[in-house]
Amino acid sequence: MAKALPRKDAVIIGLGWTGAILAQQLTEAGLNVVAIERGPWRDTSTDFNVAYMQDELRYAVRKDLFLQPNVEAMTMRNSAGQTAMPMRDYGSFLPGNGVGGAGVHWNGHTWRFTDEDFSIRTHLTRRYGAAKLKGLMLQDWGVTWNEIEPSFDQFEYLAGISGKAGNLKGQMQAGGNPFESPRSREYPTPPMKMSYAPTLFAQTMSGIGYHPFPTPSANLSQSYVNTLGVRMGQCTYCGFCERFACGNYSKASPQTTILPVLIKKPNFEARTECEVLKVNLTPDGRHARSVTYLDANGVEFEQPGDIVAICAYGLMNVRMMLLSKIGAPYDPVTGAGTVGRNYCYQTNSAARMFFEGKHFNPFIGAGTLGQSMDDLNGDAFDHSKLDFVGGAGINCVVSNGRPISNRPTVPGSPRWGAKWKQATVDGYQNSMGFTSQGSSYPVRENYLDLDPTYTDRHGRPLLRVTFDFPDNDVAMSHYVSDQMEKMTKPFNAKYAAVSRIKKGWDAVPYQSTHNTGGAVMGADPKTSAVNKYLQSWDVPNVFVVGASAFAHNAGLNPTGTVGALAYWAAEAITTQYIKNPGALVHA
Amino acid sequence: MKQILLAAAFAALSSSAMAPPTDAGKYQVALGDCEGCHGKNLAGGVVLTTPFGRMVTPNITPDKDTGIGNYTAEDFARAMKAGIAPGGKLLYPAMPYPSYARMSDADIAALWTYMRTVKPVKNSVNVNQLKFPFNLRFMMRGWNMLFFAPAPYANNPAKSAAWNRGAYLVSGAGHCGACHTSKNPFGADKSTALTGAALLGWFAPDLTSDQGAGLGSWSNADIVTYLQTGRNNHSLASGPMAEAVENSTSKMNDADLKAIAVYLKDLPASRGNGGGATGIEAQMKSGANLYDISCAACHGRDGKGSLIFPPLAGNPTVRQVRADSIVRMVLAGGRGASTAKAPTGQGMPSFAWRLSDSQAADILTYIRNNWGNRAPAVSPETVGHIRSALRSGS
Repeated sequence: MAKALPRKDAVIIGLGWTGAILAQQLTEAGLNVVAIERGPWRDTSTDFNVAYMQDELRYAVRKDLFLQPNVEAMTMRNSAGQTAMPMRDYGSFLPGNGVGGAGVHWNGHTWRFTDEDFSIRTHLTRRYGAAKLKGLMLQDWGVTWNEIEPSFDQFEYLAGISGKAGNLKGQMQAGGNPFESPRSREYPTPPMKMSYAPTLFAQTMSGIGYHPFPTPSANLSQSYVNTLGVRMGQCTYCGFCERFACGNYSKASPQTTILPVLIKKPNFEARTECEVLKVNLTPDGRHARSVTYLDANGVEFEQPGDIVAICAYGLMNVRMMLLSKIGAPYDPVTGAGTVGRNYCYQTNSAARMFFEGKHFNPFIGAGTLGQSMDDLNGDAFDHSKLDFVGGAGINCVVSNGRPISNRPTVPGSPRWGAKWKQATVDGYQNSMGFTSQGSSYPVRENYLDLDPTYTDRHGRPLLRVTFDFPDNDVAMSHYVSDQMEKMTKPFNAKYAAVSRIKKGWDAVPYQSTHNTGGAVMGADPKTSAVNKYLQSWDVPNVFVVGASAFAHNAGLNPTGTVGALAYWAAEAITTQYIKNPGALVHA
Repeated sequence: MKQILLAAAFAALSSSAMAPPTDAGKYQVALGDCEGCHGKNLAGGVVLTTPFGRMVTPNITPDKDTGIGNYTAEDFARAMKAGIAPGGKLLYPAMPYPSYARMSDADIAALWTYMRTVKPVKNSVNVNQLKFPFNLRFMMRGWNMLFFAPAPYANNPAKSAAWNRGAYLVSGAGHCGACHTSKNPFGADKSTALTGAALLGWFAPDLTSDQGAGLGSWSNADIVTYLQTGRNNHSLASGPMAEAVENSTSKMNDADLKAIAVYLKDLPASRGNGGGATGIEAQMKSGANLYDISCAACHGRDGKGSLIFPPLAGNPTVRQVRADSIVRMVLAGGRGASTAKAPTGQGMPSFAWRLSDSQAADILTYIRNNWGNRAPAVSPETVGHIRSALRSGS
C-alpha cells in the first residue's frame, strides 16, 4: 500500500533540462513544485570533480553517467514482422541518468529547428505538391515560428550559447548561418575560437561555394552571467565533453544554469533516487490524480498533484504515457491512436581524411568546437528534381582527441602491434573529418509501444522500438554522402572516405542519442498526443515535455528545440492553465 | 487549483508595503546570524566543535518545554547581554554574549518581539557535551570575572555616524571578532582585534588595513559587494564565511554594509603576515608546473580568476599568516556563498586524491608568493597535518 503524501500544485517527473526549466518557471509563478528523479543528485564540484573527470575509461567507455540497462532496458527490432529483443547494453543511443539528465553529458550543439520545420507539411506541400510527401507522416507541429522564437531566445540566454547570428530579424549577417530562421537578437556570447581542422574546413568549403559558420555551442567561449544571475566559466577546450560532465562550469546544463537558484526556493523540492512507476488517473481516465513512485529503499509513495509534467527522456515519456494509459496507443496497422506515433531518429554519415605533415592537435577539443553548414539541410536546397525530402547539416567538430577511443588509422593499416601503434601516431595528428547529421522523417512503420514479453525490475513492460531507416531518408543520406565526397576533393588529402547509411538499423554501434517523437505535438488530436502547448489531449492536467513532442526530426541536434518547447509549455501553464485549468485547445 | 491561486495571492500580499511590526527584530536575527548556530528554524541542534569539546546549540524557539517559551523579556535580555539564563545558569561564551552585551536595549527589545513570533518547535537538545572540566558551568563565573566586562557600545564622538554604526555592528550583533579575533588559551579574545584567527580548521582572515593579509587594497565598495553577494573582484566567501554571508551579511541593508566598510577601512594595519618566504626556489618551480596542470584552467595562468572563479592574485584568503583555509580547500574542496545577487554557489573540487602533501605544499607556496602575493611558505608537514585532521573528521 503506497504511503499517501500531501498534495503539490505540480509534480514533475524527471529533473533534466525540461524538468528544471518547468520547475523554475512554475515556482516563479508561485506554485508548489516537487520534482521526482530516478537517478542520483549530481553537482559540479563534488560529482564532476576536475581532479578526475578526465577518466576516459570510467566515463566514456564504461559510461558511468548513463542509464544502465538493469534500471531500464528496451527491446528493439527493425520491422513489425520481427520479434523484438531486449538490448544487453545501450549502444546506438545513450540516455542520461540522474539530475541534469542528458544535459550533463551532451556535447552542447545548440540548434534551432527552422520555421519550415514547425510547418513542414504546409511548406513542402506548397513548394512541391502533396504527392512529394507520399508515404511520409510529415505534419505541422501546431506552433508557428513567431510564437516559439521567444522561447528559443529564453533558452539560449539561460544557457549562454556561443555563436554568430546569421539572420537578425530578417537582416542577413556576415559570418552566421544564412539558412537559419530570423532571430530576435544576437547570441549571448561570441563563437568559440577555432582550432586548425574547423578553420581549414571553413576555408575550403567557402572556396567551393558553401556557407560555413561556427557551430552554436553550449561550451561557452567566455565567462557569462545568465538570466538567473548564475555564473558560468569559459570553456578550456579540454576535450572531455560528450559522455562526460563539465568540471569547469563551462558547459550549459541544469547544474550550471538553473539548479543553484531553483534548489534554494522554499516552494521547490527535489526527490532523487525515486522512480515514478506510473501516473494515476481518475476512473474516467480524464484527470491525473497523482503519481506512484518508489524511493531508494523500495518504499512506495503516492504523490498527488494538480498538474503532472512528464519531463523524462523522450522515449521514457512515451513509455510513461503508455504505462499510465494517457492517450490511445498508436496502431501501425490502422493508423489509429497517437501515443508511440511518429518515432524518428537521425540519419548520419561521416567523412574521414588523412594527410601528411599536418598537426591537427585534436586534444584541443570541445563538444561544440567546430564549423557547420546548412546548405544541404532541411529544405535549404531545391528538392523538385530529387527523389526525397529533407537533408543534413554538415559539421566539422573537434570534440576530442582522447587516447582510448580516438585513434584513427588509414584503412588497411595493421590492427595491432608496433605498426598499428605507429599508424595511430600518424593518424592522430594527420586526420580530420566531418559528418552529416541527417533528418529523420516519420513513416507508418516506425513507432514505439510496450513490449508484450519483456519487463523491467518492477514487472512493467519495457518500451519496444520498431525502427528502420525509411527509403526517403536513405535516399537523402546517399545524396548528401555524394556531396560529401565532392567536398573532400579540394582538401587534396592522401586518403579520403565517406561512409554510407544502410537499411537495417543496428542498435549496437553508437549513432545518435537524438530519438524523437512518440508523443508528438500538433493541431489535430487524431494525429498528435499533445496539443501545441504540450498538453495531453486526453488528460489535460498532464503536460509531456521533451523531444517526444517532435513531429519529425531535422538534421539538427534537438536540445535547443527541447529547451524552447520547455519554456513554451511553461509559459502556457503559468499564463493560461493556472488561471483556468482545463484543455487549452479545443479540437 | 484554487489553492494555487490563493498561494499566489498571499505571496503578492506579503511582499507588499505592509511590513509587520516584527521586521525590526527579524533584521536583528540577520545581524546577529542567529541561524548560523541555532539553525534555519532556530530550534538548535547544531553541533559546534570547540577546543574544549562538543557543544550542541539550544532550541531558542518559543516552545515552552524545549525552547525559550517561558522566558520573560528580562530573562532574554539578561541571557543576551550578561550570559545568564533563568535560574542563574551561566552560558558558555560560544554564545557570543560578550559581543551582544554591546547591543542597545532597543535592538534587544526588537529582537525579543520577533522571537515571540517564531514558530515553536519541539526539539530537546543536550547542549553541554564539553570535556571535563569545561562541562562545569560554574567555571564560567571565573571566566566572566577575568574576561567579560559588559558594557553597552559607547559612541566615539571623534568619528562619523557611519563609523560608529559600523563599530556597533562589527563589535556587537555582528560578533565578527568571534571568528576573526584570535583567542587566548581560555577562549577569550586577545587584544589584537580582527587581525585574523584560526578556528574550526579554517583561518578567518585579517580584516585590518594591512596591505599584505588584510583589506588594505579593498575599496569600501569592495567590502560592501563582498558582504552583500559573497564575492567581489578580490575574493569569494567560502567555508564558515559563506554561511555568515548567506545567513547574515547578505540580508543587511546598504547603509549598514557601508557603515561596516567605513569602520573596517579605519582599522589600523596589523603587523602583517610575516612577508614572503625565502629559500623556496625549488617549491616555486615545482608549484608553477603543478599549478598549470591542476589549477590554471579555472584560476588562470595569471591568477586573476574570472567572472565565476575567484582570483588568487591579491586574494587575502591566500595571503594569511597561516594557510589552513587554502590547504583545506585544496584537500577537501569548498563551496562559495550563494546569495540572491550571486546565486551560483560555485564549488572548488577536492584534490586530495590527486595531490601529495608536498605537491599541495608546492602549489600553495607558489600561489602565496606569485603575482605580487607574499606570504610564508607552506610545508608538506602542514598539509599532512590538515589532511589527517580532515580524515578524522575533526
